[in-house]
Amino acid sequence: MSTSLINWFKFASPASFYPLAGRLIPWFAAATLLLAAAGLWVGLAVAPTDAQQGEGYRIIFVHVPASWMSMFIYCIMAFWSALGLSFNTRLSGMMTSALAPTGALFAFLSLWTGSLWGKPMWGAWWVWDARLTSQLILFFLYLGFIALQAAIDDPRRADKAGAILALVGVVNVPIIYFSVQWWNTLHQGASVSMTKAPSMAHTMLLGMLLMALAFWAYTITMALTRVRCIILERELTSEWVKKNAME
Amino acid sequence: MLSVSQLTCQRGERVLFRDLSFALPAGQWLQVAGANGAGKTSLLRILAGLSEPVSGQVTWNGQGLREDREAFHADLLYLGHQGALKEELTPLENLTLSLGMEGFPPDEARVTEALHRFGLQGREMLPSRYLSAGQRRRVLLSRLLLRPAPLWILDEPFTALDVHAVATLCQLIENHLAAGGSAILTSHQTFSLPPGLSVTL
Amino acid sequence: MSGLLTPFRQAVRRDLLLAARHKTEVITALFFFVIVVNLLPLGIGPDADLLRKIAPGALWIGALLATLLGLQRLFAPDHQDGTLEQMALSPQSFTLLIAGKIMAHWLVSGLPVVLIAPLLGVQFDLPARSLGILTLSLLLGTPILSLIGAVGAALTLGVRGSGVLLSLLILPLYIPALIFGAGAVEADLAGLGFEGHLSLLGALLLACTVFAPWVSTVALRVALE
Repeated sequence: MSTSLINWFKFASPASFYPLAGRLIPWFAAATLLLAAAGLWVGLAVAPTDAQQGEGYRIIFVHVPASWMSMFIYCIMAFWSALGLSFNTRLSGMMTSALAPTGALFAFLSLWTGSLWGKPMWGAWWVWDARLTSQLILFFLYLGFIALQAAIDDPRRADKAGAILALVGVVNVPIIYFSVQWWNTLHQGASVSMTKAPSMAHTMLLGMLLMALAFWAYTITMALTRVRCIILERELTSEWVKKNAME
Repeated sequence: MLSVSQLTCQRGERVLFRDLSFALPAGQWLQVAGANGAGKTSLLRILAGLSEPVSGQVTWNGQGLREDREAFHADLLYLGHQGALKEELTPLENLTLSLGMEGFPPDEARVTEALHRFGLQGREMLPSRYLSAGQRRRVLLSRLLLRPAPLWILDEPFTALDVHAVATLCQLIENHLAAGGSAILTSHQTFSLPPGLSVTL
Repeated sequence: MSGLLTPFRQAVRRDLLLAARHKTEVITALFFFVIVVNLLPLGIGPDADLLRKIAPGALWIGALLATLLGLQRLFAPDHQDGTLEQMALSPQSFTLLIAGKIMAHWLVSGLPVVLIAPLLGVQFDLPARSLGILTLSLLLGTPILSLIGAVGAALTLGVRGSGVLLSLLILPLYIPALIFGAGAVEADLAGLGFEGHLSLLGALLLACTVFAPWVSTVALRVALE
């Protein structure tokens, strides 16, 4: 118990996390490729054609996991932010900034694929569906976070301000989702729901699960790669960077 | 008593000072010396609890500054570079309002007296935008007479002051020290105070 | 009790006095609200039925933008002249002082909007009942805008391009207030009852009153470092 605690704090320092991240990246990158290949194979070749939606439904193998990930990532950012604000660990802020672009990417991917799916299903590129609207707002929240961090020069302040914003955001996300849902029912919006497939075949579920795992692995790969860059940028003057990382 | 141990301050990538330790007992004053950009203001801001050091600790009467922030602030009077003056308000309004916000009775008669002590007769009711730099500085310094606090932290208090005002301020600091208070200040001017401690960055 | 709220009252008093010294700023924000709301019919066309339908949304979005206008100056002048630093070092609660500033901001930018809204509603041919609900929703909602806005203003204090950034951060967070506020009138018109919307708006106001001043202080302390 106590040893694991010590290890955690050991790896909370950028100097020891940097090489660890470097060792982990290839594994996660390989996992991303394998899982994505398996997921796409199941999704595109094995899963049966949907009776109502035809072949077009297959886009959900990207759309649904991307939507999941965009929400997960925001929660993880909030988790790191809370950790960073309460324990004043530098690595937390770096992790939060490293995750944000991937989160924004998934939110965008979810919107894009949603719109592609919507055209044949709803007959329009954009429908003011509650899920789609919430996703758009989540995308705005990511953009706000990235813009705030980019606008602040001092990295310590950028980390703290970003952490506060991420926490404010994560408290607001459920309220926003709820309000958009409420708004949607009031206005009797589109009644077709994307994920409410009447009976999902097991293979469909398997495909989605595989893709979700692939996206997880991708997120971790990208976050670790980015955090390594951030560590180097911030610690450029410190001794360990000069000694080890520049080899 | 204010004590500082192993203080390190970093601005951006540059380390301003490392492992700074000193103690300031009651009734003493300390001058922070150093060239421009050596980190004097940064040090004062850390001592006032406005910014956090990279490492090290500051305690006031044995308590960390952030343990009971409001109690420490009750003991502290910090006057920074900026005048904290609203141009559209008169000196009298500026001081009564800021006293009110700090929880002291905004007594206009006392404020007027303090302004007079710093030679601002006839300027009490003038919007502050018409005051010169030295006069603004003197409005700020009038707080020293209005807000009792055992610890004074003064960032460049002598800037823009004339000889007369410098003498008034020195006199005030001496009285403050004699009454058991302590003061920390930075300055590039010459002034006469009883011998005190000094830290060079 | 009164002793506890002294810093709050003092901060409100100070900011109101300052606002009274530049009245033009207050009037400009109000005028901005009026003109934005009046531009909409010009952009959409004079169809009375359509205008009546969009009136709640139009007024709410006008209120949102008018609030945003004043927010950039909520902390920035005090930050520049060092007053904010003195407030942060006050023996009184910094959070209460900031709450006072937010209250003053609402009194100066939110309340006039609430008071003039019925008049603009008449321009959109809203029935009396809807006018009442709309005004009530703005009365409950505009403080939320000031409170959430204060958090954004604190986060972007002294940052490059803070004005635009502030809108980017804050506008998504305004969505629930917008939906419940503008929705109250529409729900009433649809015969669904407006009470649900207004109680949700009230709950939101309560939550914001408790948390927003505190979060703003945390953000301001970070900005002051």
